[in-house]
Amino acid sequence: MHSWRIGVGAVLLGLITVMAIAAPLLAPFDPMAISGPPLLPPDASYLLGTDMLGRDVLSGMIHGARVSLIVGLVSALCSAGIGITVGAIAGYFGGAIDRALVRFTEFFQVIPSFMFVILLVAILTPSLLSITLAISVVIWPPVARLVRSEFLTLKTREFVEAARSLGLSHGSVIVREILPNAMPPVLAVGSLMVATAILTEASLSFLGLADPNMTSWGYMIGSARPVFRHAWWLSVFPGLLLFLTVLSITLLSEGLGDKSNPSLRGQAGH
Amino acid sequence: MRFVYAFAAWLPRALLVLVAIGLLNFFLIRLAPGDPASVLAGETGASDARYIEEIRKSYGLDQPLWLQAATYLRNLATFDLGVSYRMQRDVADIIGERIPATLLLTSTALVLAIIIGTLLGIQAARRAGTWQDTVISAFAMLCYATPVFWVGLLLVLLLSVHAGILPPFGMSGLIPKSGFAAVLDALHHLVLPVMTLALFYFAVYVRLGRSATVEVLGRDFVRSARAKGLSERQVLRRHVLRNSVIPVVTMAGLQVGQLLGGAVIVESVFAWPGIGRLAFDALMQRDYNLILGIFFVSSIMVVLANLITDLAVRSIDPRVGRS
Amino acid sequence: MSLLRIEDLRIALPKGGDRAFAVDGVSLHVDQGETLCVVGESGSGKSLTASAIVGLLPSRSLRVAGGRILFEGSDTLRMSSRELQDLRGGRVGFVFQDPLSSLNPLERIGKQVEEVLRQHRWTGDHRQRVLEMLSAVQLPSPESLVEAYPWQLSGGQRQRVMIATALATRPSLLVADEPTSALDVTTQAQILELLRDLTKQHGIALFLITHDFGVVARMADRVAVMKSGKLVEYGTRDAVLRTPREAYTRKLLDAVPPLRAGPARPAGEPVLKATGLTKSWVTRGSLFRPGRTVAALKNVSMSLGHGNTLAVVGESGSGKSTLARVLMCLTGADSGQADLVGINANYLGLRSRDLATVRRNIQLVFQDPYASLNPRRRIGAAVAQGPLAQGEKPGAVHARVAELLGKVQLDPSAADRYPNEFSGGQRQRIAIARALAMRPRVLIADEAVSALDVSVQAEILTLLKDIQRDEGLSMIFVTHDLRVAARMADQVIVMQSGCVVEQGAMQDVLTAPQHHYTAALIDAVPSLPSISVQQ
Repeated sequence: MHSWRIGVGAVLLGLITVMAIAAPLLAPFDPMAISGPPLLPPDASYLLGTDMLGRDVLSGMIHGARVSLIVGLVSALCSAGIGITVGAIAGYFGGAIDRALVRFTEFFQVIPSFMFVILLVAILTPSLLSITLAISVVIWPPVARLVRSEFLTLKTREFVEAARSLGLSHGSVIVREILPNAMPPVLAVGSLMVATAILTEASLSFLGLADPNMTSWGYMIGSARPVFRHAWWLSVFPGLLLFLTVLSITLLSEGLGDKSNPSLRGQAGH
Repeated sequence: MRFVYAFAAWLPRALLVLVAIGLLNFFLIRLAPGDPASVLAGETGASDARYIEEIRKSYGLDQPLWLQAATYLRNLATFDLGVSYRMQRDVADIIGERIPATLLLTSTALVLAIIIGTLLGIQAARRAGTWQDTVISAFAMLCYATPVFWVGLLLVLLLSVHAGILPPFGMSGLIPKSGFAAVLDALHHLVLPVMTLALFYFAVYVRLGRSATVEVLGRDFVRSARAKGLSERQVLRRHVLRNSVIPVVTMAGLQVGQLLGGAVIVESVFAWPGIGRLAFDALMQRDYNLILGIFFVSSIMVVLANLITDLAVRSIDPRVGRS
Repeated sequence: MSLLRIEDLRIALPKGGDRAFAVDGVSLHVDQGETLCVVGESGSGKSLTASAIVGLLPSRSLRVAGGRILFEGSDTLRMSSRELQDLRGGRVGFVFQDPLSSLNPLERIGKQVEEVLRQHRWTGDHRQRVLEMLSAVQLPSPESLVEAYPWQLSGGQRQRVMIATALATRPSLLVADEPTSALDVTTQAQILELLRDLTKQHGIALFLITHDFGVVARMADRVAVMKSGKLVEYGTRDAVLRTPREAYTRKLLDAVPPLRAGPARPAGEPVLKATGLTKSWVTRGSLFRPGRTVAALKNVSMSLGHGNTLAVVGESGSGKSTLARVLMCLTGADSGQADLVGINANYLGLRSRDLATVRRNIQLVFQDPYASLNPRRRIGAAVAQGPLAQGEKPGAVHARVAELLGKVQLDPSAADRYPNEFSGGQRQRIAIARALAMRPRVLIADEAVSALDVSVQAEILTLLKDIQRDEGLSMIFVTHDLRVAARMADQVIVMQSGCVVEQGAMQDVLTAPQHHYTAALIDAVPSLPSISVQQ
């Protein structure tokens, strides 16, 4: 019943990914170069118009997909790495380790995370690396909390105790017995992290904190703010693409979440 | 008595968080390339040796690192957030002036998002699987995926530039008003920023309210309530509602920090005179001391909000803090 | 006229299920003041029949496809939701299985009982009636209890609250769906007695659903046996229990082990000994509350002879499962020692990497067959896991997996399938094969059959006995069920609140219990009349 979400999300995201990979082939112009008169409304040769400097908007949008997807994917992977490690150790070992890690996670969850990202990026000077790093540092807590709670319930399951009584080490119990069973909901939340990271990157570059060597959607919208009342195409089209990207990922994540829920519910017995 | 315990349990944790934030700030300054003194001076002081010297003295920058950290924390403890060398004023004073505007914006947005979102989420859960559920859930998903700054700009284009019904920026009109007219004027200006900021959180609470209610509706005590002869409406009002509100309140507490981040975007789009807009301006001018101060003050607001949610959860759920 | 008459009830399952009807053509009746027990294994449709009486079926997935349910002469299937609401909690009271989740955790007890009075416009004083009902179900100090929250009560107390609620409006019918199966044996006996006394005293008819023939023997005037949605046998208690007409009823009755033990088999040399085991849990306190210490084991000693079976009997919280987990090194003991005779003296407190010999020699079979297998691991891999972790050669292990699956009477092709393709009983066989793969000397079964239907339970018990005989295993059988203990064990230890209160040969303990708690446990087990020989 919910598989249409996965289908629609996957197709949409697939198209955007192809666009990002094949950007130099697809884009009609160099996105950073002046290729026409400034502030041209959409017409036949500049399909989505040009910006204040005369750069082609469509080409910028096609290339901008690269930054969004790279930052989204890499930050989500890093944050999943941090979150799974912290959550698994806290949930499996419990006790003082757990309490310390929970405090640590809570700290990162309650701090005004976007302000922290702004601070980090501003101080480190904006670049693809500093942006990805800063986003990874703030978005992992939900993953850690989820993994921890999955581990807390799964570790008391009898199959985990059975594995221990068969003589498996803590490491292989965590990695081979518990983690695979915790993955479906983690996958759903982890894919939502991609969306969060993409939105955060766009907001940062909207505020001007963007890698100066690459075009990004947020930056296109942000830099067009002084003229956006007259040149609506400068903010509407890149925003639309950003919206569709995030929507496709959210659809995928929801579809995955619905798929993972029944089996877990059924076995937890609630 | 439980609330006194709650406060006593909260206080050491809150202080711990604030000390950690203070240390974080302290090390962030040292993360920046270049001399900390000129970083704190917003990189303008480089030309003015007197400022740099002043900063060096007040932050004890000639002392060992741990003493510097201690000095920094002691200053924070007395609410001395230093001076904005750009604006030539105390950071604490600048921020203090801006807090009311941000509180007005964020609390209005959060309250609206929670009430409307949760109610719609509960409605979707009651009608799970029907067209109502589909419409509500789909709308929430669209809101969830919409970038805040983009929707802000679109709303300005549609509702102020084209339709001309709402003011696009600021907190008051060009002609100063007084009394009731001033309140109305502020409310008029509040509509667009609040709509923009609330949209994302609205989506969050629809989803949360829905999933919490679906979960509670499946619990055994709901069946017992039906077996007592309660109508579906009574079951919902007397037994389901309070139970499904608990995760909503908990989430609200966790989101205050995020909400302040959202305020940076919304306030800079709508030129709303709060600390978010201040953070944006400080960012543009590389006034690091001011940004650090805003980060610290925001953290205090978050910590206070956590106390409020903790008390709220305790007043709903008798189990918390007892068993 | 009967109080309740169900005629040809059919409840349809959603399309694509394993059968078309969850309840298929069931006709029953309950007279004023009598007790009808509906008995059957899981999936028999007994609970759905009860829910259908007042329209409490989960409406999205199930619907009534035909028949009539006449309550006091009118058909509840044709009633408006308003009329059904008046019936529920008014003329018909309900008690469900799980008392722990049946009360709203956020409301005080008094308010939850009073709600049913308010709903049905009880004319007398509400508070008075609530207190009256709480004392009628023999709860201590009703005055303070009304102010309590559900989590402050034990499971048995909560079930009493549920009964008080169900009977507060003086219904003429009480529907109780497995009201005691989530409770301890002694509590179970008290609740059943309470239900019987209150219904008889006030002339309330009881529609009692159970899987337990012991409950039937104790409670029923008449009995209906259900299987796969159909009524199999229907008659008075004595007729059904003593002279069952149907083979299925007889099979169910035969599967209930008698509360009788044979003489203990001669014990070999001890293989596993434990002395002075003590274990306590410390709950974490806060700034103002010191942590509490709960003793799970107090100075427990035991000895298991070669080829023998030792039953560890007790109720929840007695420490019997903790004992099993300590002996398995799944949890540490505070003091005391355990000795795997001739192999590993005093193995408690070894670090996990030094436990290999213990793991090889002691294995565990768990309670819940649905939780004890990793859902993402094929059966063959699950059985092979232990030997492979111990460094045995893959070739030899695979040959052994096929042999073990045969030994627990599963098809060798099971090795390539996942746990969700197997029933509870089959999964328990797999778990036994997994334990045997380590070639243990001692097998600990922790409530290994208590989650299974009674007929499956009997098969697993027989299997375990056969394996014990063939392999020369020694077994520790942890159970709350004295009947199971009596069928399996030579020796028994009885535990209460972390202490061993009695130990000895199973037969001696059953016939002449020394400790009053043991006697209470034995009394709590309902006796079944013996089946007469069929003509």
